[in-house]
Amino acid sequence: MELNSITYSKAKLRRRKFVNALMLSLCVVSALITIIPLIYIFFYTTGAGLSSLNLDFFTELPKPVGEEGGGMANAIVGTLILIGIGSVIGIPIGIMSGIYVAEYSKQLFANIIKFLTDVLTGIPSIIIGIFVYGIIVLPMKKFSALAGGVALGILMIPTITRITEEMFKLVPMSLREASLALGVSRWRTTVSIVLRTALSGIITGILLAIARAAGETAPLLFTAFGNSFWSSSLDEPISSIPVQIFNYAISPYEEWHNKAWAGAFILISLVFVINLIVRIITRQKYENTV
Amino acid sequence: MTKTEKKPGIVTRNLNVTFNGVPAIENIDLELHRNTVTAVIGPSGCGKSTFLRALNLMHDMTPKCKVTGQITILDKEITEYTGVELRKRVGMIFQKPNPFPDMSIFDNVISGWKLSGMHNKKFYNEIAEKALRNSDLWDEVKDRLKEPAISLSGGQQQRLCIARTLAVEPYIILMDEPTSALDPISTQNVENTIYRLKSEYTFIIVTHNMQQAARISDVTAFFYLGKLVEVGSTRKIFTNPDEKLTEDYVSGKFG
Ligand SMILES: Nc1ncnc2c1ncn2[C@@H]1O[C@H](COP(=O)(O)OP(=O)(O)OP(=O)(O)O)[C@@H](O)[C@H]1O
Ligand SMILES: [Mg+2]
Repeated sequence: MELNSITYSKAKLRRRKFVNALMLSLCVVSALITIIPLIYIFFYTTGAGLSSLNLDFFTELPKPVGEEGGGMANAIVGTLILIGIGSVIGIPIGIMSGIYVAEYSKQLFANIIKFLTDVLTGIPSIIIGIFVYGIIVLPMKKFSALAGGVALGILMIPTITRITEEMFKLVPMSLREASLALGVSRWRTTVSIVLRTALSGIITGILLAIARAAGETAPLLFTAFGNSFWSSSLDEPISSIPVQIFNYAISPYEEWHNKAWAGAFILISLVFVINLIVRIITRQKYENTV
Repeated sequence: MTKTEKKPGIVTRNLNVTFNGVPAIENIDLELHRNTVTAVIGPSGCGKSTFLRALNLMHDMTPKCKVTGQITILDKEITEYTGVELRKRVGMIFQKPNPFPDMSIFDNVISGWKLSGMHNKKFYNEIAEKALRNSDLWDEVKDRLKEPAISLSGGQQQRLCIARTLAVEPYIILMDEPTSALDPISTQNVENTIYRLKSEYTFIIVTHNMQQAARISDVTAFFYLGKLVEVGSTRKIFTNPDEKLTEDYVSGKFG
């Protein structure tokens, strides 16, 4: 270093220092640009949403135009139900296909599945909605919670498959061999040793997939559709927070806009809390391995 | 079946293993008797681990690996066993201690039983104590059985792995350089354990340490470039081998 810099003239050295400083500040600015929208969204929705947030919001049904008050109780419960159905479908299929790819399949087949899950991740969610519209809504001749849940489940599958596969790859071969050498069956080894070791990572992936699915609007428009009352069964349309936000936001009424903000606030809080849980889980994992 | 009979525990005939079509060991004919300690020696890459792993069907896990020839384990063709049946009879200790990291010391010892679906708690305590005593670890861990296995030292971890293997009561124990990651004192502990247990078990131990082979084994097999060069009593191999190659290797002329 020292030796090299001697060969530079003073001017060159100044120029280098300048470029250095310039690049560094560009990086700082970029970092700020990354977080500013987040901070802005967070404070704006909190500001706009909190004012129309009250107990009624969580317990009341939406009121017709012109009537004061009302809430989003059915949409909140609806989102939970949709995520529940999505999880029941997406988690087992995602984990099992991840296990298959990581532990059992031939290399070529594994690569094909990996490629296809990557493609599936990139497919716009509205197309998943149209797909489910075609396979469930049309044959049943109605929108339903079931269709919405299936759409969210399909959205969750590729994320969970990939994270399962990646977490399985991180489990050292020596642990599998240790278990097999004790006369433990291959399947039992996979479940009790490998899955167990990989579990906290997989849970992280599942939570992130849920957080993502919770905010999806497009695939629900064609499937769960939404309504403004309590749904009595899974083959009826069901309300959800994102779709309710969408309907309120495109309406011309001030009162409804405020409700949309409150809904947005709930949704963001949900994502925030899930990410917080993820942090706690991954922190524990880290402490365990050190 | 009594364990003390002096008859072959392991017989291999024309045993070949290839990876991607490339032979790793070729035409191994070997007969290893019960209740003896056999040392497998030879320079790095000569196929010692490959040979050992053929004996408990561990190669089944490796893609593009082909095993041909005949292996007889405890008077039965290896092909007549399932992997699970075989490995309950033929245990294996690895070079690097590999306890299950998120299990306690106690759970590690009984893991072979627990993971195979035996759920008698009372039986567990007996099994664990016996196995830990047999592997000379009991006195060091009896007050901390609930602590995580990774809190143990490397040498203790390796003896825990031995205890875990002993707990399933195999007849044969394969060891692939079990002390190469350990300090001299831990090494000696492990050697003592093997020495004390040899009347009850059949050991096959891969080692790079000539003194170790001389100290603990009854029979020594010398491998070179995937072939079995010579096998005989350890005394003979180390003092008066038939092959020049063997003599050069044990006297440290190459390796
Ligand atoms: N999984 C594998 N895939 C491909 N080749 C392998 C594999 N395992 C072993 N081999 C090859 O087989 C040959 C024998 O390897 P092996 O591990 O049995 O040697 P070793 O005698 O145990 O050596 P060391 O003393 O270094 O442990 C080597 O040429 C090695 O490259
Ligand atoms: Mg080896």
